[in-house]
Amino acid sequence: MKRRVVITGMGWITPLGHDLESVWQRLLKAESGVASTTIFDARTFPTQFSAEVKDFDLRKYLGQRYEEHKTASRNAGFALAAAEIAWRAAGLNGGAQVNPEMVGVYLGGGEGPIDFENFVAAAVAGWNPEKKDLDSVKWAEVAYQRMNAVREFEQDPNCAAGHIAYRFNAQGPSFNTLTACAASTQAIGEATCMIRRGDADVMISGGAHSMIHPLGVTGFNRLTALSTRNDSCITASRPFDATRDGFVLGEGAGILILEELETAKRRGAKPLAEIVGYGSTADAFRVTDIHETARGASAAMRAALADAGVEITEVDYISAHGTGTEENDKLETLAIRTVFGDFAKNVPVSSIKSMMGHLVAAAGAVELITCVLAIRDGVLPPTSNFANPDPNCDLDYVPNAARKKPVRAALSNSFGFGGQNDTLVIRGCNGH
Amino acid sequence: MNGRRVVITGLGPVTPIGVGAAAFWNALLEGASGIRRVRAFDPARFESQMCGEIDGVEVGAYVPKSYRKAAKIMARDIVLAMAGAYEAVKDAGLKTKCIVERGEASGPPNADPTRVGANIGAGLICADLPELASALYSASDNGDFSLARWGTEGMSNLTPLWLLKFLPNMLACHVTIVHDCQGPSNTITCGEASSHLAIGEAFRTIARGVADVCICGGAESKDNAMALLRQSLGNRLSRRNDQPERACRPFGADRDGTVVSEGGGLVILEELEHAKARGARIYAELVGFGASNDACSPAQPSKPHPDGRGTLLAARKALRDAAIDVGQVDMIGAFAAGTVEHDRSEAAAIRALLGDRTAQVPAMAIKGGLGNNGAGSGAIDFTAAVLAIQNGTIPVAVNSNPVDPVCGLKLITDKPVDARIDHALSIGYALGGGQNAALVLRRYQQ
Repeated sequence: MKRRVVITGMGWITPLGHDLESVWQRLLKAESGVASTTIFDARTFPTQFSAEVKDFDLRKYLGQRYEEHKTASRNAGFALAAAEIAWRAAGLNGGAQVNPEMVGVYLGGGEGPIDFENFVAAAVAGWNPEKKDLDSVKWAEVAYQRMNAVREFEQDPNCAAGHIAYRFNAQGPSFNTLTACAASTQAIGEATCMIRRGDADVMISGGAHSMIHPLGVTGFNRLTALSTRNDSCITASRPFDATRDGFVLGEGAGILILEELETAKRRGAKPLAEIVGYGSTADAFRVTDIHETARGASAAMRAALADAGVEITEVDYISAHGTGTEENDKLETLAIRTVFGDFAKNVPVSSIKSMMGHLVAAAGAVELITCVLAIRDGVLPPTSNFANPDPNCDLDYVPNAARKKPVRAALSNSFGFGGQNDTLVIRGCNGH
Repeated sequence: MNGRRVVITGLGPVTPIGVGAAAFWNALLEGASGIRRVRAFDPARFESQMCGEIDGVEVGAYVPKSYRKAAKIMARDIVLAMAGAYEAVKDAGLKTKCIVERGEASGPPNADPTRVGANIGAGLICADLPELASALYSASDNGDFSLARWGTEGMSNLTPLWLLKFLPNMLACHVTIVHDCQGPSNTITCGEASSHLAIGEAFRTIARGVADVCICGGAESKDNAMALLRQSLGNRLSRRNDQPERACRPFGADRDGTVVSEGGGLVILEELEHAKARGARIYAELVGFGASNDACSPAQPSKPHPDGRGTLLAARKALRDAAIDVGQVDMIGAFAAGTVEHDRSEAAAIRALLGDRTAQVPAMAIKGGLGNNGAGSGAIDFTAAVLAIQNGTIPVAVNSNPVDPVCGLKLITDKPVDARIDHALSIGYALGGGQNAALVLRRYQQ
């Protein structure tokens, strides 16, 4: 018999707050988490704003166990806090309810922020302008003095998963994927497959990322991927709007407790939604561009729907990748049209990136959480900042105001640089 | 699941002792070492000054002519993956887009591109230090860096596509583009466990029916100042700088750390009937996968669990998955990092697994001549295990003599030994982060 996978707990740390319900209410009110960047002085950068997590204190979530995790990088801290919230919400904090060897971790976790100040000090000291080359002896002198083993180790992308495994004694399968902006959707999809197959009963899954540091913003600014609407940052993230000019960089974490249905029932946990479909494809086209037919994105959606056994007419909501870049929004629209055909105009599509910014590796997890909440409450989060229709983006984007609508099944897309496409399909749990 | 069996039909190791299956295997049999004093930069100020370096691997030899310009946006890790993918695909006799465009085969592909996946392990790819240092310097006055100047002028000295050189998923991205693999694609970033986890997940992907072929494994280069520094700060490295070839001594009594290296490998996993239908050579069958976490304190990143708890659990899960008894294991492909504590931890796990057969079951340990290739390590170990099964030979554990009696494993220290290996267990783990994985290989039988 097929093992079914349900979500029994959720937590997030986001630019709109840290509490599940209050952030959800802010999203429904189309509030924005975007403001001038404070993590570093970005006043001379092409993009001077971002969606930062505010007032975050890991101690608040870990209590006495904080000491053991106090070295956690910013993103690992977000991941730990979100996992703590999700674990408690799932009712797992009582202990001894599940076999630790059958509890795994599958994150789409980003690399930890670089130790910028010390990295720069070594780089500048080591550069020899006459020879136009790095003097690795001088570099190493400064680097050995200033860099720190733990700070360096915390940048490893598998570090957050290590923290979580330790905190929750999760000795089961432990993975981290870093498929750029698709990572946490992919993590949740693969974690689902592991539970289905019997490799684990519970998976702590989702993602965490923070690229709001000088080199992160530099990287995206050089790619001209970010909005530069510095005079109006709250309206800068404009998915599917004709005047969109790039995404707004955010940070945060989203963690979900995935659980085999019978295991959840046995311990009296309430399933919030069921993960029924997952699809993953590669564009295999170009490093920088999406294939002009959106073949990879449509194939991922089709694969997820086929895996789910869900008809397109049952999909009442699509959480779009919807970054607010010219190319993504146009081609994601095309992909949805390709898969849903004439029915596409009947399916509401929205992008919470319009309010939350783009949480990069963590985006998919946070967006899946909103899909669960949309199903639970029968209400769709809007695409805010939508004012100017784009002829290439001609779907129903739930513009600017939340909408009441019963949701039977929801589909969530995440696409990464390099042609990485992942889609999840979830269903409500009524009647289980 | 669904009775779909998964076999290995192609190997593409890219290592400091040889590139390609034949060269790599011959070098292993000779007990070759690829470790030397670092040449990529002046290592004089580093505590450990050695590295496994690979000469002569340039991306042009592994991609179609039209793709050569993309080399400008490839970190070394990506180049190594491109080489490994090409070698593996050629070895498997797959007619991918790359092979056809290079004029090495013609006609339609012999695997449906939408059914070919990729799952490639990658490390934390270091930015090209000279490139970045040059740009950062341009925003400094008398050695003082100005973030304001970086914003106005410094950053524009970086190429627009700068970020894309270092994203871990760019290994899989370039590989899937060149070989036209449109199926499921993933990038596992779990340190040294990455390749094993990637191969294990690719195994599951094929078994559950969403792909027929998967290019999987991993690659990483630690042959740069930043990577060497990070490993050095973690106290993982040998300081035997006067004898690089003898420095890394896995399970050796006088081991003092591992050595950084560059390399990796990709392997072709294929559903059995698909392989048979195209008349592919079958190296071995992959029959089991297990993964775990030590769940150890992350505050001490270089300290493994003293009893190898996670490694043992992954191994037991893999054997259960393969539905074989531990008594059927004929060889352990150990990770064998060469650090004092990790080797002790891994050996404890192997002893606990094998029980009173510990002294009889040979453990293959190949890092003495290879060093630690990070996310690429596991793919090299896995490839060696496949070749050991196929050739019925276990290569020597270079530098491991005298063997640490505390570890208590059966190592091959004299010359390669002939052995019929029906089942081999290949182990991988991350030096930090707690991730473990194990894979069970079976000698192929119809």
